[in-house]
Amino acid sequence: MEVPILKQGHYLIASIQSALTDADLSQLREALIERVGRFRARGVIVDVTALDVMDSFAVRTLRDIAHMARLRGSETVIVGIQPEVAFAMVQLGLTLKGVSTALDLEEGLAFLDRQMQLRIERGSGRIDRG
Amino acid sequence: MATKGKDALPPPPDPQALSESTAALLRELVAHLRQNRTQLREEWARRITRAQLLTAMTEEEIFAEATSVYDNYVEALETGTFEALQAYARNLSERIIPRGVETHEVVGIVLLLRDVLARSLFAKYHEDFDKLNRILDAYEPAANRIANTVAVGFVQERERIIRQQQEAIRELSTPVLQVRERLLILPIIGVIDPQRARQLTEQLLRAIRTNRAKVVVIDITGVAAMDSNVANHLVQTVEASRLLGATVIVTGLSPEIAQTLVTIGVDLSEMATVGDLQGGIEEAERLLGYKVLPFEELTSKT
Repeated sequence: MEVPILKQGHYLIASIQSALTDADLSQLREALIERVGRFRARGVIVDVTALDVMDSFAVRTLRDIAHMARLRGSETVIVGIQPEVAFAMVQLGLTLKGVSTALDLEEGLAFLDRQMQLRIERGSGRIDRG
Repeated sequence: MATKGKDALPPPPDPQALSESTAALLRELVAHLRQNRTQLREEWARRITRAQLLTAMTEEEIFAEATSVYDNYVEALETGTFEALQAYARNLSERIIPRGVETHEVVGIVLLLRDVLARSLFAKYHEDFDKLNRILDAYEPAANRIANTVAVGFVQERERIIRQQQEAIRELSTPVLQVRERLLILPIIGVIDPQRARQLTEQLLRAIRTNRAKVVVIDITGVAAMDSNVANHLVQTVEASRLLGATVIVTGLSPEIAQTLVTIGVDLSEMATVGDLQGGIEEAERLLGYKVLPFEELTSKT
């Protein structure tokens, strides 16, 4: 099943609606990285609220997305990890090191906004946030 | 007189495996027990007091309880069904367990009643040894089953109460408190075993979700000792919380725990630690963008 990717301002939002196969995940990774460039996105949010299982491939793909997007100039947040999933993940040692996480979509957006704010304050103020 | 009583009584509703003659004998027995109710009951209550059972209850209470146990006992003998007795035993246990009545006391009084009734049968049929034998053949299995039912009912009720209390203690032992919007504290007191650690994490993760917490302060001032299992679990809790988007600050590590953790080499690099709970809450407020000022200072500024 293909994951819909929505553009919202400077951000891309990929909302996973059902369990994904490894091929679906790879396809999502490709599509996101491609669109980060096409839409000049500053942030990527991957919403995994609907997932009640996360295996090592899924976690690795999410981590890859975050790192690849960063190389393309975009910050990634994973949102909506269920408590049970989080617990299972750390027990398996899949801790998404170096990847930002947030409670839900709203928090994720707030987090990205804050990141953009920081960039503007640190930079020359040339970035137009629209 | 026994024959008269037999005629007056309805036949048992559920003959089950009882042969006709056993049923007739039981009917006769029940009639005898009904007729001598007052006397036997008093004898029984006397024996209970003499054996110093049920010391937690007053004499009147014992007598009242004895009466209803006696009646239920006779009824179980009469009908051969044990549901009513079972229900009564459960109900009785529910009432007397909180008063500190022990298992041996409950088993003891039921066995005493069995003895009292057997004695009265001896007295009644001592002239007809053959009849006495047949009556006892009918009486003993039923009486033993009753004793069994009551004892099992009592023990089951006790176990139920113990389970319930364990559950309550477990719930109480891990309060997750919200001190400010989006700030939770989790004070841990006492020994952390793997089961408790697991439950603690589950409760915390659920609370983070429902309260939409951004920062959690885990205070372990009340934890006396920590081994590598518990320490690793704590690290896992911190990481799982981060996956939900919450930052965890651990406070109140005692010098002993700090030494143990460093000695056994637990990797705590991912964990933010602050000396005490106050410092932890201040740090959390800073992360959340709060600034707490005395009221005077605040009004003089504006």
